[in-house]
Amino acid sequence: MPGGEFRKVEEPPAGRRGASRGLETQMPVMRYQEALRLAMTEEMERDESVFILGEEVGQYQGTYRVTEGMLQRFGPRRVVDTPISEIGIAGMATGAAMVGLRPVAEFMTWSFALEAMDQLVNHAAKITYMSGGRIQCPVVFRGPAGVGGQLSAQHSQSLESWYAHTPGFKVVMPATPADAKGLLKTAIRDPNPVIFMENTGLYPQRGEVPDDPEFTVPFGQAAVRREGRDITLAAYSFMTVLCLRAAEALERDGIDCEVIDLRTVVPLDMETLAASVRKTHRAVVAQQEWKNVSMVSELAARIYESCFDDLDAPVERIGGADVPMPYAKNLERAAIPSEADIVAAVRRVLS
Amino acid sequence: MAKAAVRERTSDSAGEADLVGLYRLALLIRRFEESVYRKFREGKMGGYLHRYDGQEAGVVGIIPLLRLPGDYVLCTYRDHGHALACGTSPRAVMAELFGRATGCAYGKGGSMHLIDPDRGFLGGDGIVGGPVPISLGVGYALKYRGTDNVCVCYFGDGAMNQGGVHEALNMAALYKLPILYVLENNQYAMGTSLSRSTAQTDFVLKARAHGIAGEEVDGMDVLVVRQAAERALRRIREMGEPYFLELETYRFVGHGIGDDNTGGQKFYRTQEEVERWKQRDPILLLRRALEERGLLSPQEADQIEAEVRARVQDAIQFAEESPEPPLDALYENVFS
Repeated sequence: MPGGEFRKVEEPPAGRRGASRGLETQMPVMRYQEALRLAMTEEMERDESVFILGEEVGQYQGTYRVTEGMLQRFGPRRVVDTPISEIGIAGMATGAAMVGLRPVAEFMTWSFALEAMDQLVNHAAKITYMSGGRIQCPVVFRGPAGVGGQLSAQHSQSLESWYAHTPGFKVVMPATPADAKGLLKTAIRDPNPVIFMENTGLYPQRGEVPDDPEFTVPFGQAAVRREGRDITLAAYSFMTVLCLRAAEALERDGIDCEVIDLRTVVPLDMETLAASVRKTHRAVVAQQEWKNVSMVSELAARIYESCFDDLDAPVERIGGADVPMPYAKNLERAAIPSEADIVAAVRRVLS
Repeated sequence: MAKAAVRERTSDSAGEADLVGLYRLALLIRRFEESVYRKFREGKMGGYLHRYDGQEAGVVGIIPLLRLPGDYVLCTYRDHGHALACGTSPRAVMAELFGRATGCAYGKGGSMHLIDPDRGFLGGDGIVGGPVPISLGVGYALKYRGTDNVCVCYFGDGAMNQGGVHEALNMAALYKLPILYVLENNQYAMGTSLSRSTAQTDFVLKARAHGIAGEEVDGMDVLVVRQAAERALRRIREMGEPYFLELETYRFVGHGIGDDNTGGQKFYRTQEEVERWKQRDPILLLRRALEERGLLSPQEADQIEAEVRARVQDAIQFAEESPEPPLDALYENVFS
């Protein structure tokens, strides 16, 4: 058979619901995964050059069901099931972007992207610079990151600081379903390589998501999720949720926290963060990833650089224990930052 | 020495003028590399320098057959010849090596990262095996758009020991992508010979193991390479499947500047071996073939030599007179 054809879709999924596309006037409520799916679906309908690829994204309907129904909707040309070959996936996505397509490549988890680090760091992130700007590389790498539930050492990482450290990547860490949609749409439209990290802990979260196909969330604009005057809590992704919970708990003791969701760590909205710290004079920065040499280290340093005279107390960093993730439930719980850790840090900074 | 049977060359579809053009290109690449080496030694450029001397048939036999732009070329860091064969001007290549603003990457890439997307040249790649996964996306885009264009992806024998190459070969075959893989087997991965690095040296067998048809050809003979490439390209355009060409070739100089005199090379290969391969210098073989066919007289050969030297000299002068990139350029192009 000549190779010009794409392989057939073998079987339609049985009775699965596609992304919410309601015509109702009120904003639809959907889960984080559905919001991601809606973003990709809208962008694929809008732009023929967008396609998705990855392990189990098609016939299996996505490991976390993010791409459920998309193979049936768009066919195998635009929803490409790949072998377990992360170097191949990353190279294929990067190469396609170099010649004008807009691939969205899924890593089954960001831990597996370690296999592809040369294609990501040495190729995708550098080709625009190395070519003096003659090549654009509009590629999105997305997938779940962070701690699942006793997934142990090799499946519980995100390593966003590695990517943020590398010039050439935009690094996106959405915390809400609406942001999942709006930031993914921005990522797909961006002419640069985008590292898009979802958090497995956020997948079940539900929230209102605009169904306007032109709704996007710009990069580099932090959201003030909660206004407060006593202390600034800055976070992204899943830790935003924990910071909001901690803020509620602290409110009962009369402590008024401002919660900043950075949304993207590259580009970083230092302006919003600094303005908040100048108002509250105190800050706690939080992430789920290892603390040593990480995003929270960077955030603390930048706060010191830009707000030193405004600070009434040292900045506290919250992060995961600097150990490979243990399996045992109690040890895992001890290794990842919790709402209680944030509450305790806030009390220390305020004391 | 070359380990397999050499396919006899027969007729060639190229017009006679084209064949002389191939000689001109091969000679340009050789003289260019020799001049670059002198300028490197004079301290005019930095970094690494991977010369193509001896391997010219690999690009001269293939790239002129391509439809550029439309088709695409990827290769690794021994890329000066690939850029010149794609039609990038010697001035733009030389200026890039000199780190000047007029270079083909505005001075940001250097020797290993020559690039010229307007001519379908997607670049040299500093990573052994690096372009092979990239070729998947280029090939996929060509197929996605329903064209009969082809991606030619060059890499070396050392790359065949990298895992990503095998991921990519499998996927190219799986998706039936229009890619011509060209393995330039120059017998050494840097200073490590095939026998010291590779248990199974039948690379065509390895391609077949991934479901890619292929053949091994004499990579020192431009006309043999050209004939094999014509067949391969026709096949890829018609069938939309990858194909694998292994070129048996040899570099006449060291891997890089670190072993670019015989002093460094003596640790891994003998002068006798180098001399033996030089008997089959692709430029000598092509010149002889053209003379046998009455296509090239000694006077014409002299004239081409003079033209080529003048072009290289012009490129050097252009590079020397070109400005360095402005310091403002440092932070430009990190993002588009």
